Amino acid sequence: MDDSTQTLRLKHLLAIRWFHWVNFPLLSLMIWSGLLIYWAYSPYHIGSFHFFPDWFINLLNIKFHLAEGMALHFVFMWLFITNGILYVSYTLISGEWRMLVPRSPKAFRDACQVLLHDLHLRKDAPPQDKYNAAQQIAYTGIILMGVGSFLTGLAIYKPVQMGWLAFLFGGYAGARLVHFLLTLGYVGFFVIHIQQVVLAGWNNFRSMVIGYEVVTQHD
Amino acid sequence: MTNPRTITLPEQEARQKLKRLTRRGFLAGGIAAAAGIGGYKWLTSGGEIGGRTWQERAVLNANGHISEAYLSDSRLARTYQPGQIGFLKANGGYGLDDDDELKTWKLTFDPGAGVSPLTLQIGDVQSLPTHKMITNFCCIEGWNVITQWTGVRFADFLGKYLPSGHALPGYVYMATPDEEYYVGLDMKSAIHPQTLLAWEINNQPLTSEHGAPLRLVIPVKYGIKNIKRIGTIRLTDKRPADYWAENGYDWFSGL
Repeated sequence: MDDSTQTLRLKHLLAIRWFHWVNFPLLSLMIWSGLLIYWAYSPYHIGSFHFFPDWFINLLNIKFHLAEGMALHFVFMWLFITNGILYVSYTLISGEWRMLVPRSPKAFRDACQVLLHDLHLRKDAPPQDKYNAAQQIAYTGIILMGVGSFLTGLAIYKPVQMGWLAFLFGGYAGARLVHFLLTLGYVGFFVIHIQQVVLAGWNNFRSMVIGYEVVTQHD
Repeated sequence: MTNPRTITLPEQEARQKLKRLTRRGFLAGGIAAAAGIGGYKWLTSGGEIGGRTWQERAVLNANGHISEAYLSDSRLARTYQPGQIGFLKANGGYGLDDDDELKTWKLTFDPGAGVSPLTLQIGDVQSLPTHKMITNFCCIEGWNVITQWTGVRFADFLGKYLPSGHALPGYVYMATPDEEYYVGLDMKSAIHPQTLLAWEINNQPLTSEHGAPLRLVIPVKYGIKNIKRIGTIRLTDKRPADYWAENGYDWFSGL
């Protein structure tokens, strides 16, 4: 490459960027309104750690907002689900799914190596396409989790008329627990996602907004 | 305009191009974010109907209509075995303050449309075919308890006490004797085969706090619609008032 030129590469298509950034506030609202609903009956705990501790409930002021939580949840569910369906349809029709879905069992071994590389326990990362194997597993997993949230949500929303669905998840209480665990999963995903975005730097983050990234010399 | 996959330019131009793309991208993002926040503010700050903005209410009502359209007599709430019965706490005391009411209790049934109301005694209700069922009681708070009920089908009640030739209106209103607590029901849910006027819980007569002498059990609705100590039943073509729907909750509240 000539020293005096620079290459910009389109990394994230416009549609993908929109789906991503529309999803972010919608999922946040679903989690927030879900928290308002969960407060009204919050039985889950691990040992003595209760979901959620009083300081957390008081800090976010989520007491006595069940009606508001239900209203928000059942308004924004439409937008959240629509955006999810459009995103998946788009990746299928455009062929982008090939980049996003792990397509061989090797992906799981590669993902472990990516993890070791990220943890500085391994020098080189396995060769990758647009997304590395760990990203592929994460980005496919999060879609499957979304499907799980949709189905368990439906089972909690209409446990009688969708009785078979509730039964599939171990009944009403079972579906509620799975719905809750998946939500914890999103929060975990978010924490790791943000950390990785920070580590990857400005060029990467900017490409999720404007589409283009600056191709660095060793590419 | 389709975006090229790669753009290679002299460094100076590339830098300017990137600057333009960045400015445009973040400006569009900023506008979109402002629109999103504006939309949320709009949705959550309209004129209120029963403690919800009219926009939220419109969506909740639309959800209710979809749920009602999907509701079917052939899809029954799951029933359970006696060994699975749990303890149902008494969760709402509205309209149950004065136990003296129990001594003079009677049921007023108003078929609407100008037909004069009937005054019924508990025996008039219990003369219908009795049904026992063990179903899941789901509170809107999120908990659920398997409970056994003894009562008569509301559909059978209408079959007997609705004057013949009288068309079934769209809604049912039920209230406690003092009208402190009241629920509105769509007729489709009200005549679901598992909707009972009940006088026993777990094979015991209803206690006052569970709604003696007669309460509604409607497994296709949240607990809030399972009104205790029914004093009045009125059929109507207008969607009736509902205690919790006036306090921020969905009117339909179906399961």
